[in-house]
Amino acid sequence: MEHIAKDPSQIKGWGVDADRNNDPTYPMKHRNNGEHAGYSWERPLQQPITVEVLHSNERPDVTSVFGTSTPPLALSGVLRRIAFRYSESSYGHWLPLMLADRVSVVEGVLSDLKHGHVPNVFAERGWKAEWRHNRIGLARRILVRVVLISAAVAYLSSRRAD
Amino acid sequence: MLAMNYRGPLRVRIDHKPMPEILHPQDAIVRVTRSCVCGSDLHLYNGSVPDTRVGMTFGHEFTGVVEQVGEEVEKLKIGDHILVPFNIACGTCVFCQQGLYGNCHESNPQATAVGGIFGYSHTAGGYDGGQAEYVRVPYADVSPTVIPEGMDLDDAVLLTDVVPTGFQAAEMGGIQPGDTVVVFGAGPVGIMAARCAWLFGAGRVIVIDYLDYRLEFARNYAPCEAYDFRSLEDPVVFIKQTTESLGADVCIDAVGAEAAGSAMQTTLGRKLLMQGGSATALHWAINSVKKGGIVSIVGVYGPVDTLVPIGNVVNKGITIRANQASVKRLLPRLIEHVQNGIIDPKALITHRIPLEDVSDAYRIFSAKLDDCIKPVLMPPLART
Repeated sequence: MEHIAKDPSQIKGWGVDADRNNDPTYPMKHRNNGEHAGYSWERPLQQPITVEVLHSNERPDVTSVFGTSTPPLALSGVLRRIAFRYSESSYGHWLPLMLADRVSVVEGVLSDLKHGHVPNVFAERGWKAEWRHNRIGLARRILVRVVLISAAVAYLSSRRAD
Repeated sequence: MLAMNYRGPLRVRIDHKPMPEILHPQDAIVRVTRSCVCGSDLHLYNGSVPDTRVGMTFGHEFTGVVEQVGEEVEKLKIGDHILVPFNIACGTCVFCQQGLYGNCHESNPQATAVGGIFGYSHTAGGYDGGQAEYVRVPYADVSPTVIPEGMDLDDAVLLTDVVPTGFQAAEMGGIQPGDTVVVFGAGPVGIMAARCAWLFGAGRVIVIDYLDYRLEFARNYAPCEAYDFRSLEDPVVFIKQTTESLGADVCIDAVGAEAAGSAMQTTLGRKLLMQGGSATALHWAINSVKKGGIVSIVGVYGPVDTLVPIGNVVNKGITIRANQASVKRLLPRLIEHVQNGIIDPKALITHRIPLEDVSDAYRIFSAKLDDCIKPVLMPPLART
């Protein structure tokens, strides 16, 4: 077994942050027992809620600030609203969200087409970079897919012929 | 403005989006000058984080110039060049008051388990991120920090996540002088965790991964021992054999959900998405650490259940310490380390890619093409 012997103290910065008192409660948390007072801190001003914001049912309300990037929409939005009826501890929360994420991919394609944009899936997947840096790997992957699709088509055609 | 646009698993593109606006008196609008793709962005890219909505802009590691400030912002002024920690923290809630800036209770309505994070799905607050020309930065007076004069922007951008996360991984390990520390994962955070383990006085640092170029980089940068797990019959047995059969004092999981090395974990966690990721690295960490040792987790997992050998945690009396890095708490010390030449973050950057080529950047980073360790996206105005 190779064991690279070296004197660690020769490594630049060795031991500068060593702290013999570093135990499992420090330094992650500077305990002040603030939790004992409950939800009592002076909250920052509430960001105006101008879009639909779903919030966890494990908290009483929306946080003082929040992101507005992509409010729930369409069928995926319906699924997300269902998900937020359940707590973060429940599959009822996470599974509808995962499903909604997949539904929103289809909605995204439809939205692109509606706006006259045909998504260039190859560019979006970064195949230009793959072609530049991993030509053989890319060719192999394309070949495997072509073979699999051809085999599936051939199989289905033969079944239909029967 | 130009911004990265998520279209579904493995599909991202550059698009024109509306300029961000001040939505709260403590907001700032920042013109991005550097923006990294992070290993944890790959969990979003692969579609494994629930509530990652099509149309979102990712990016939680960025620097930029303040262009606008809300009326309650006092510390930052227009024109300041700042580094923006990935955590969105209010500074006033009970958790921020205790230094747990990654666990802010006033920045993420969608989940209570984690505070808000830029560009990291609605599970982390639904904020658009910094892989764009401009970005909205809430609570601008709390975490964002003016880049010290003379500091290289490439160093500054890695102080927003990679350096503090690697440092906190080592810090949470409770490393005592002479300890043997094993880091699973030779990505940017794993390499930084290995480097920082020495700062806490480690006696021996071992990195485990499978990509030769990254192992070689870790050997030279950290500097440490580095091994390809594919060449080891069983990485856990290897660690036991090399530590007098006792196990390492501290094990660090710096991989998270995308770990390779176990067909079952890969199938359940990465292919079928039936658990919060592939927990191979964590599995090895728990089984490689000594009895009574510490396992430090900074690898990111999805919020759903994940298979880990919890029985061994109990039977071995292991302490598990884990969190998102509390960047604001760590920044003063880490800025000192960079200025004193103890840590050299920018050495991790291997690729500078125009923001317009964001799809290629994700592909290069996720597929580990062209010996990529850390890609940085450069918006058009930052290239002139």
